[in-house]
Amino acid sequence: MATVLENRQLSEDFFLLKARAENNVRPGQFYMLRAWDTYPVLSRPISVFDADGETVTFLYKVVGQGTELFSRLEAGQQITLDGPHGNGFPEDIKGKIALVGGGVGIAPLYMTARAYKEKGSRVDLYLGFSGEPLLEKEYGAVADRLEVNVGGFITDYIDPAEYDYIVTCGPEIMMRVLYKKCVDTGTAAPLYVSMENRMACGIGACLVCTCRTAGGNRKVCKDGPVFLGEEVFGVG
Amino acid sequence: MADMRTDFAGVSFKNPVALASGTCGFGRELNEYFDIQKLGGICSKGLIEHPHGGNDGIRIWETPSGIMNSVGLENPGVDAFIENDLDWVNSLDIVNIVNLGGHSIEDYISGVEKLNKVKLDLLELNISCPNVKEGGMNFGVKTEAAREVVRTIRRCCRHKLVVKLSPNAEDITSLAQMCQEEGADGISLTNTFLAMAIDIKKKAPVFNNVYAGLSGPAIKPISLRMVHQVCHAVDIPVMGMGGITTWQDAVEFIMAGAACVQVGTATFMDPRRALDIIAGIEQYMEDNKIACLDEIRGIV
Repeated sequence: MATVLENRQLSEDFFLLKARAENNVRPGQFYMLRAWDTYPVLSRPISVFDADGETVTFLYKVVGQGTELFSRLEAGQQITLDGPHGNGFPEDIKGKIALVGGGVGIAPLYMTARAYKEKGSRVDLYLGFSGEPLLEKEYGAVADRLEVNVGGFITDYIDPAEYDYIVTCGPEIMMRVLYKKCVDTGTAAPLYVSMENRMACGIGACLVCTCRTAGGNRKVCKDGPVFLGEEVFGVG
Repeated sequence: MADMRTDFAGVSFKNPVALASGTCGFGRELNEYFDIQKLGGICSKGLIEHPHGGNDGIRIWETPSGIMNSVGLENPGVDAFIENDLDWVNSLDIVNIVNLGGHSIEDYISGVEKLNKVKLDLLELNISCPNVKEGGMNFGVKTEAAREVVRTIRRCCRHKLVVKLSPNAEDITSLAQMCQEEGADGISLTNTFLAMAIDIKKKAPVFNNVYAGLSGPAIKPISLRMVHQVCHAVDIPVMGMGGITTWQDAVEFIMAGAACVQVGTATFMDPRRALDIIAGIEQYMEDNKIACLDEIRGIV
């Protein structure tokens, strides 16, 4: 169990929850969160927004019963954090890197952007929102350039040919469009996509979150959530 | 000290709690959370003779007090299991139950023939998967259709054979009696209940297969009733399951007559939930001065 330090409402349905938990989280990993005993049955996989060795912060959107229960948590209350899980974004890349996020998919890009920038990369952030934009100041502070779009297609703003690497997390349709744009422009930049299939166990045992890839079935929770775009979207 | 040891068709469990097929892989992932040798047994992910990619589309959906799944027997195939995982499971101090399914009678036979060549403790024959269109549950709904499968497999299977029954069977007690007549060593029940969800925005079923399998606490009272009926209808041992989430649930199944129980969906609430159930049963036995589980087994 971890103690909630803060659970701040950012907009109508977005919250930032910080909890005390020792960790060695890598950018792009997630935890299975639970703030109840038995029901709902399943824990909720939530991406890490930020972490130091002592605390973990999650950016989440209220979309159902579980996240609604998270939204009611107050500082001092307990939450179960199981993790970190998953492979995360590649850590050893360096150069000119674009990070493209849509909706709650922007969550893992904050820590990722900072990590790339600290290692000397040039980092451009492209964030797309359907409603009120979130945390622009915070994201701006970890990027060399921040492009924000509301209500349109954030993928329209990026020229893949400008980059050495592209990292994305968001609605599958957005990531698929970005993959197609990468293919169409013939960029040599590898595209890394973070998938968010529904999960049950979160540890690779139940095969509920299976993703079809060029290399066969993969477990999003354990083999992913990060894959090469061509592995996931290049299979037809 | 309460003695939780349980005999199931001549196989000795150190305690009566096993993990149910499909909820624990082949045990490796959960073994990172706790020493799975604390369990009585583990039942493998459902295998088919050949590798199978499983179903497309959404595979999991929550309901009040339960989940529906439509994994569709995704599995690496019997050969890959034997090559990569079987020796490891056999090296553990735990009852190794291997679950075998099939899309056709030929699948079952070739799967059994491969497994005949290796060591395992119990072969759980899945004639009850609701998520495979061509076969699976179809074999397990009608007693006489199921008889052909059980008879054929009993003839060629050298392992102790446990038949896993579908709660969607037309007549669960006649199905169980048939298994006993055909020489099964034990019975396990229930698999998931055929269920459905509709996405009202899309005006379409949630699952590509339309129907899916419901598990979890929602089904427990019905599974318990079926286990009770079957335990009264046959003499071979019964492994009870269906929504077991607490030690009290497990004790209910044992009082209904189950020799052992399997814990499935509850593992998704907490990977260590089966350990809590084992500890709870032991405490209950000590508090009530129950020396061994035979004192309460089938008492209801």
